[in-house]
Amino acid sequence: MSLESPVGRARGLGSAKEGAGHWIAQRVTAIFLIPLSLWFAVSVIGLSHADYATFKAWMAKPGNASLLLLTMLTVMYHAQLGLQVVIEDYVHCECKKIAALVGSKLVIAFLAVFMTVSILKVAIGA
Amino acid sequence: MVEFALPPNSRVQPGKVYKAAGAKNVKVFKIYRYDPDSNANPRLDSYEIDLDACGPMVLDALLKIKNEIDSTLTFRRSCREGICGSCAMNIDGTNTLACLKPIEDIKGDAAIYPLPHMPVVKDLIPDLTLPYAQLASIKPWMQTQTAPPPDGERLQSPEEREKLDGLWECILCFCCQTSCPSYWWNGDRYLGPSVLLQAARWILDSRDEMTGERLDDLEDPFKLYRCHTIMNCTKTCPKGLNPAKAIGAIKEKIMERRV
Repeated sequence: MSLESPVGRARGLGSAKEGAGHWIAQRVTAIFLIPLSLWFAVSVIGLSHADYATFKAWMAKPGNASLLLLTMLTVMYHAQLGLQVVIEDYVHCECKKIAALVGSKLVIAFLAVFMTVSILKVAIGA
Repeated sequence: MVEFALPPNSRVQPGKVYKAAGAKNVKVFKIYRYDPDSNANPRLDSYEIDLDACGPMVLDALLKIKNEIDSTLTFRRSCREGICGSCAMNIDGTNTLACLKPIEDIKGDAAIYPLPHMPVVKDLIPDLTLPYAQLASIKPWMQTQTAPPPDGERLQSPEEREKLDGLWECILCFCCQTSCPSYWWNGDRYLGPSVLLQAARWILDSRDEMTGERLDDLEDPFKLYRCHTIMNCTKTCPKGLNPAKAIGAIKEKIMERRV
């Protein structure tokens, strides 16, 4: 039982003085993903019947490898920002929330690194 | 996790049926009933109303029920003209004011529940302690460093005054507040559309001198940024206001001072 006043409860711990950066980043990455997704879709369609040698030659062009890397990293960052919001919305147990927030960041970071290595391996590897 | 199902003692059971003997133009009102003293689950009572002997609005029907059929039915009402906000409730699946909702706009039976996701005091009366406290927390009054002119009011140009249109008309009925899923899931930390619209009303007021401090207090992942522009607030507002736009204006102001 708590005898805290309603206004005391409403004021809580005050403002965290952050949240704007997250909000802006989510929108900026969404805008970035419009042209990047279009480029990605067009590229995938163009390469749909390509053999590995053709694909490797395509990836060896610095512009293609850079755009693919940028697309994947933007997707991962945007996904992390979105997941964070979903977890904060629906997971209310503090320990589970912190574990989910940290865990999701770790998984996303691993995926980002894994994809970067994979793209670079095909683009510049033997 | 968020609870998506009602706890067992809140599940609504079938209730009593009150027939309208001899009536030709009958409308059924299915009304949520809950008596905290009875220890029973809430129930849905059905009242048949003779529309030929009833006023045109849902509030008229509720008053008819209370006066002529069942005096135990409990609800808030006062002005009966959409300015006090007392009779806010969930009618036909949408939060609105009973006094502004025409009965003829409801197809089939009229289902009436209290505002969603708030503790219920009795029948159609929700406990609004939390939103009122949240309103107090944003200091909804003018704050200045400059003393008021000794010989008159604080002045505002017509253009500056125009910025308050769509904000000052809010009657604090909390229809929008209780329609917002973000407020349902995180109402203890998210201020909600109604309170944020009031915050915008003072942030956008050219006479207020504490804009920066107000924005500081709102810049928080939960207090402000739980708004995901779901837009239920704007859809449900019985006064036709746009709380989502007001929240957007606050976010714009916060961005404006960063770039």
